Amino acid sequence: MRDVAIIGVGMTSFGELWNQGIRDIFAEAALNAMKDAGVTKLDSMYVGAMSSGLYAGQEHIASVMADYIGQRGVPSTRVESACASGGLAVKSAFIEVASGMSDIVLAGGVEKMWDADDGSAILATASDQEWEAYHGVTFPGLYAMMARVYMDRYGLTREELARIPVKAHRHAINNPNAQYPHPMTIETVLKSSMVADPLRLMDCSPITDGAACVILCPLDRAGEFTKNPVKIKAIGAATGPIALHDHKDLTRLDAVHSSAQRAYNMAGVGPGDIDFVEVHDCFSIAEILVAEVLGFFEYGTGGKAIAEGQATYGGKIVINPSGGLKAKGHPVGATGVAQIIEATEQLQHRAGKRQIENAKLGLTQNMGGSGGSSIVHILEAV
Amino acid sequence: MANSQRYTREIPRRYRLEGQRFVSGNVYLPMRYIDPETGERKFDPIRLSGKGTILSFTEIHIPADTYAREAPFAVAIIETDEGARLTAQVVDCNFEDIKIGSKVELIFRKIMEEGNSGILNYGYKAILV
Repeated sequence: MRDVAIIGVGMTSFGELWNQGIRDIFAEAALNAMKDAGVTKLDSMYVGAMSSGLYAGQEHIASVMADYIGQRGVPSTRVESACASGGLAVKSAFIEVASGMSDIVLAGGVEKMWDADDGSAILATASDQEWEAYHGVTFPGLYAMMARVYMDRYGLTREELARIPVKAHRHAINNPNAQYPHPMTIETVLKSSMVADPLRLMDCSPITDGAACVILCPLDRAGEFTKNPVKIKAIGAATGPIALHDHKDLTRLDAVHSSAQRAYNMAGVGPGDIDFVEVHDCFSIAEILVAEVLGFFEYGTGGKAIAEGQATYGGKIVINPSGGLKAKGHPVGATGVAQIIEATEQLQHRAGKRQIENAKLGLTQNMGGSGGSSIVHILEAV
Repeated sequence: MANSQRYTREIPRRYRLEGQRFVSGNVYLPMRYIDPETGERKFDPIRLSGKGTILSFTEIHIPADTYAREAPFAVAIIETDEGARLTAQVVDCNFEDIKIGSKVELIFRKIMEEGNSGILNYGYKAILV
């Protein structure tokens, strides 16, 4: 297997992009990434999207996107793993480059969420449609049930939980692509409208339009395109039960655990070696559960540790320097790629005011549904 | 909107709680051909008693459009006395009375209507006992 590097990144601003359609935002991100890498011709490409059909009325988007980024004729594959579709696109492109099949491969993700009306129903298709969504439970509802068990078992208070989105927004202030780069107070979180008890609106990641793309090539060719490539040191992926009620312990995300162990083993590192992480904080409670299962905090201690400042600059480890899904935005199919972009920019020391000093090894974790899938990447400065 | 067969095929599970008990003792409500825990393929049909315990719960305030008229409504993850896990609405009670560990019983109820002219769909909901 060949070593694989990231040689270019590009994304749209995340937000309500009313004047751009799904192909416009994907093209903007892809062309930015190709410009960043200095390439005009791709050998192959992957497009991650959770539900372009339901959100934007367009399937068959792998071909649409190839055509609209000037790559008509190039093999293009759409991949889907709910909110982990972006991570899956990067994994798929990695395998194609590592195998020797192709050299210059684009991995992108896109979601055009603001074109659709009943977003809750569309998102719920990533849960168990017959045995969860049929009974009216929403994604906020599923994570609310995780939060309730965690708070009951470990004594995390509602006020402590509110500090997680506050931290996310503080990080996003320095991210020019963030949807909500605004300060947030604990009081605002606690007074925001109830979505699914005990989770309130400000515990939830937003509805977002956006696209993100990276260009991969063999590490030994990376020097042709960039002075500071970033190596994809390891990838770990795993599946879990799609229905939350089939998880043995509602606070343990087994798929995240398995995907992380596979990535740690492939990289030959452990959580203590990682300088920063981008995790899938689709809800405030998700950041806690993921941080624990990745090994950064003991089970049951992550909530209070993050509330006390252990996951920000100057703490134990910076979690979500980008602002995360909560404040940067969560265009579901694009999120996993956007995490890779944040990690790449941190490792290239071009993250501006968000820059983490001496960042050499970063980890990204992208999750589908309520833990039905998870993809972890470990990236290294070269 | 879906064709009626999408719903009628689940009638044994949704109306009559007809599940499966694998040789391992694991019990499931949705039809499974293989026990995900053990890989076992042999099972006996089992009709669940409908009695169970709440493992966690929430109150949905912002549902999908189909369920908007019911909101807010309570939803719980329930483990039945036989060991099957399922998700169901909890009805006919004050939300404040629902606790982790509350005992419930599943009853037959209308679940939802598919729009103004779609079919009516039925299944189980839980009540506190």
